[in-house]
Amino acid sequence: MKRFLWPLVIFAALVVFLAIGLRLDPKQIPSPLIGKQVPAFQLTQLHVPGKKISSADMAGQVWLLNIWASWCVSCREEHPNLMELFKLNAAPIVGLNYKDGRQDGIAWLRQFGNPYSVSAFDNNGRVGIDFGVYGVPETFVIDKLGVIRYKHIGPLTPEVVNGKLLPLIKELNRG
Amino acid sequence: MDKFNMHQLVLSFLLAVTPLLVNAEEAPSTGPDPILEKRVLAIAAELRCLVCQNQTIADSDAALAVDLRQQVRKKLAQGMSDRDVTDFMVERYGDFVLYRPPVKSTTWLLWFGPFLLLAGGLIALGLKLKRRAHTEPTAALSETEKRRVATLLGTITESKEKT
Repeated sequence: MKRFLWPLVIFAALVVFLAIGLRLDPKQIPSPLIGKQVPAFQLTQLHVPGKKISSADMAGQVWLLNIWASWCVSCREEHPNLMELFKLNAAPIVGLNYKDGRQDGIAWLRQFGNPYSVSAFDNNGRVGIDFGVYGVPETFVIDKLGVIRYKHIGPLTPEVVNGKLLPLIKELNRG
Repeated sequence: MDKFNMHQLVLSFLLAVTPLLVNAEEAPSTGPDPILEKRVLAIAAELRCLVCQNQTIADSDAALAVDLRQQVRKKLAQGMSDRDVTDFMVERYGDFVLYRPPVKSTTWLLWFGPFLLLAGGLIALGLKLKRRAHTEPTAALSETEKRRVATLLGTITESKEKT
């Protein structure tokens, strides 16, 4: 009897490990930027090419940075949730239009609605690299002191918005 | 050989040699400086492409990999050391971007786990062998058993001879 017990125990342990492994998403890589100052950037605004938007402009308030592009399919999936968040007026959402064409970006927002207080135009993706962007959409929560507090990779879902973002924004605004 | 067959022959010959003439396109090297390019490739071969996670940014043609290669080239041209460039990437993408994870407390299990398993296996093997050495050797065959073996073997050889 004991002879069969050990293989069974080992098999059960293996099953547990594999089950945990299946639930982990290899695309969710912890960002080293959390707890650090938001990377400084200065870019032209998507809608007004003559005007700049920089990370310094947002200092002193809790804000969100959402990386998006008109060519990004998941952004379209995420968009209604972003619009909901915008309507709640919890925090200004800055868009980072990542490796996109200016006209394409503007047309996309005209078609689906614009949840962004302003969108920065990162045509060559250089600022995206500073934020460690590797899959659009990504969303950062930045506090009043300009420290990155949270990063979400992939499309925002109502669960993430209500369960994570809103409570965090509320907490950061209080502090 | 009629004309039709000749055509087929030529065609199949052409098809057969085509792969020899067509080479896979190499990653475009944009820099004119071969020494710099060599460094760029060496660093790129150590960095993971985060879009296609099992490729290095040297192997991958994903847009992000192309951008990151460009970034590596630019930083090196600016006079950064190889170490500075990998640090630059780790600051943004984390240790995961390194194909060779650094040895630190969170990665001890990763680095030394296999040796632990090996040691465990060797210990288990050693114990097993020791235990076996202690067990009594099986008793020799008794006289009756020996006779039985002889009869059985005898019947086999006999029956073989008959057929």
